[in-house]
Amino acid sequence: MATFDVGDGRTLEIDEDGFIQDPTQWDEKVAEALAKTEGVDEMTEEHWKLVRYLNDYYHKYGVAPMIRKLCKETGFKLNKVYQLFPSGPAKGACKVAGLPKPTGCV
Amino acid sequence: MARQAKFDEIEYYDHKALSAVDFRPPETGWMDTPVDMRPGTFIYPAKPRHLEYLGFPNPREWNPQDDDWKLPENWKEIIFKGMRERLDEYRSFRVFMDICVRCGACADKCHFFIGSGDPKNMPVLRAELIRSVYRNDFTTAGKILGKLAGAREVTIDVIKEWFYYFYQCTECRRCSVFCPYGIDTAEITMMARELLNLLGLNVNWIIEPVANCFRTGNHLGIQPHGLKDTLEFFADDIEEATGIKVDIPLNKKGAEILFVTPSGDFLADPGTFTCMGYMMLFHELGLDYTWSTYASEGGNFGLFTSHETIKRLNAKIYAEAKRLGVKWILGGECGHMWRVVNQYMDTVNGPADFLEVPRSPITGTVFENARSTKMVHITEFTADLIKHGKLKLDKSQNDHIRVTFHDSCNPARAMGILEEPRYILKHVCNHFYEMPENTIREQTFCCGGGAGLGTDENMEMRLRGGLPRGNAVQHVHERFGVNHLVAMCAIDRATLSTVCEYWAPEVRVAGIHELLANAMVMRGQKKRTLNLRLEPINGEEGDGDE
Repeated sequence: MATFDVGDGRTLEIDEDGFIQDPTQWDEKVAEALAKTEGVDEMTEEHWKLVRYLNDYYHKYGVAPMIRKLCKETGFKLNKVYQLFPSGPAKGACKVAGLPKPTGCV
Repeated sequence: MARQAKFDEIEYYDHKALSAVDFRPPETGWMDTPVDMRPGTFIYPAKPRHLEYLGFPNPREWNPQDDDWKLPENWKEIIFKGMRERLDEYRSFRVFMDICVRCGACADKCHFFIGSGDPKNMPVLRAELIRSVYRNDFTTAGKILGKLAGAREVTIDVIKEWFYYFYQCTECRRCSVFCPYGIDTAEITMMARELLNLLGLNVNWIIEPVANCFRTGNHLGIQPHGLKDTLEFFADDIEEATGIKVDIPLNKKGAEILFVTPSGDFLADPGTFTCMGYMMLFHELGLDYTWSTYASEGGNFGLFTSHETIKRLNAKIYAEAKRLGVKWILGGECGHMWRVVNQYMDTVNGPADFLEVPRSPITGTVFENARSTKMVHITEFTADLIKHGKLKLDKSQNDHIRVTFHDSCNPARAMGILEEPRYILKHVCNHFYEMPENTIREQTFCCGGGAGLGTDENMEMRLRGGLPRGNAVQHVHERFGVNHLVAMCAIDRATLSTVCEYWAPEVRVAGIHELLANAMVMRGQKKRTLNLRLEPINGEEGDGDE
C-alpha cells in the first residue's frame, strides 16, 4: 500500500486516492500535510472550520455528512467549499479531515 | 495557476477526443491483444479489510497495473472447480455458453462499445472471453479442435482480461433485448465476477458497500443514529419549504408498511430531494408506515458480486418485515434493487408467507403483481393514488422545468415498469418530452455507472459508456429545451449527474418523487415559494452554488 510522509517522522498508509487508512492517526499536523497534497498551502480559519466539522461528524456518526448538511452547518455555500478545497467536499475536504471516501450509490 | 485536472475528474477529458470514437479494431487478433490497463478505465481493488470482514478469499494488497496479481497458487484449479460447480448449478449459464451463434446482433447495442470502439466491449466478444475457456475445458469439440473451435487455454492474461472487461459491463441487459436467443449477458457477467471473486479479484467500489451493508444495514455504513439525524435534517428542510413538520416513523413495530429505499437517497444530492418527496407523500396520506435502521438499504451490491452475497444482503428486508410485524413492503426509487426483488428475493429468502398481499390502504387496490414478493414499487403505489384522485397536484409548480425521463435499466428491462413513472410525471408537470424511441423503455441506454462501476477512478469509461445516453439527453435539450432528466434509481441520479455535466451540461438530474412533492398541495401548507432544493419556484435562478 502507498504511504504518505507527514513530515514529522511519521509515515501513514494511504489508499489510491490519497485518503489515510487509519482515522485514529489523524491530527492537525496530518491535516496540514494532507492539505498540501490538495493544493492548499495554508490552512486558514475557514479551512479549519470545515475540517473540524467533518472530523467531529465522522467521530459521532462513523460516516461523512451530506454535503447539504455540511454547507448548512458551517454556513459555507458549495462554491465556497470548492474555493477552499479545489477537489471539492468529498475528495478534498474529507480527505484533509481524515475521513474515508464515501462509497455506494453516490 | 489553474489547477491541473486528474484522470478521475471530467475536466481531464477533451470533449472532441472522447467524441471521436475509433471503431477500427486492433491489428492483432482478439486472443493476441492483451489488456491495456490505463488509469481512468479500471477500478481499484477491494481493500483487504473488507474482504476479511466478509470472509471472502485472498484478501491482500494488489494493483491491477502490476504484473503480479498475487493470485493463489492453485488459481487454475479454483477457476475450473468454480466453473464446473456453476455450470451444474445454473442451467442458464450452460445454455448461454452453448447457444450463442455469434450473429453479432448485440455487437453495437452496448453503450461501452458505442462509446469506446473497443471490440471486447461488444457483448458477444465480452462473453467469448469466458466462452472460449468453457469450450476448451468443458466441451468435446473444444478439447479436440482447440483454437479452430474458438477455444483457448485459461492463462493469467485471460484472467486479467476478465477482470478488465467484466468490470466494464453494467449488467444493463440492453444487448439481451436484441439477442435472438435471449441470452442474458448480465448473467454471464455475474458468473464471471463470481469466478473472479473466488480468486480475490474484485473492486473496492463494490466490496466496501457490501461490507458496510452487512455490518450496518446499508451500503454507505450509516448507523441508526445517523439515519435518524439525516431524516430529521430532511424534515427541517421540508418545514422550511412547506411549513409542515412531517413525521419520521422509525423502527415502528406494528406499522402496516415497511418502506425500503437505496441509502444513496440518504447522502447524495439529488437523491436526497427524492427522499424528502417520499416523506412528504407519506405524511400527506397519513400512511401507517415505518423506516428501518436495520433494513436501511434497498440496493444490493451483492448482485454485482455473487448469488450468495445477494442472498446475504437481501435477507434483512424480510427479516425486518417479520420483526416489525408489518403487512407488506413498499420499495423506493432504486434500480438494481428491483431486479433482486423480482428475480431472486422470493426464491432465495422467501416465501414471505407471514406477509399479506399488498393492498393500498388509501385506494383499496390490491397489487396482484406483488402477490409473491409482497413488495410494491413506489411508482405503482403513487400512480394508483393519482388514478384514484387521492392527491391534490398543482402542475404549474413545475412549469419552469422541461422534463425528460430516463428509464433505469432494471425497472425497465427486469420489471417492465414503463408506464407508471410516465403517468406520474405527466400529472405533475406540463412539459414532458421523450428522448428518441431507440433510447428509452426496453431499449433504454445505461447511465454507464451501474453494477458498481460508478466510481471516479473509472471516469473515462463512465464518460464513454454515458455517451449514448448523454447524446440523447442533449438532443432533447436542443430540440425541446429540456432542462431536467428524471430517473428512478440512486445510481442513475449520482452517475447521470456527471454524464449530463459532461455531455448535456444544461440539464440537471432529479427524481420522480422530488417533482411529485414539488407539485403536491399539502393540507395546511404555507404558500409554496421554494422547491425542495430551497430554490425559488418558477424560473428564478437559485444562487448558483449547486
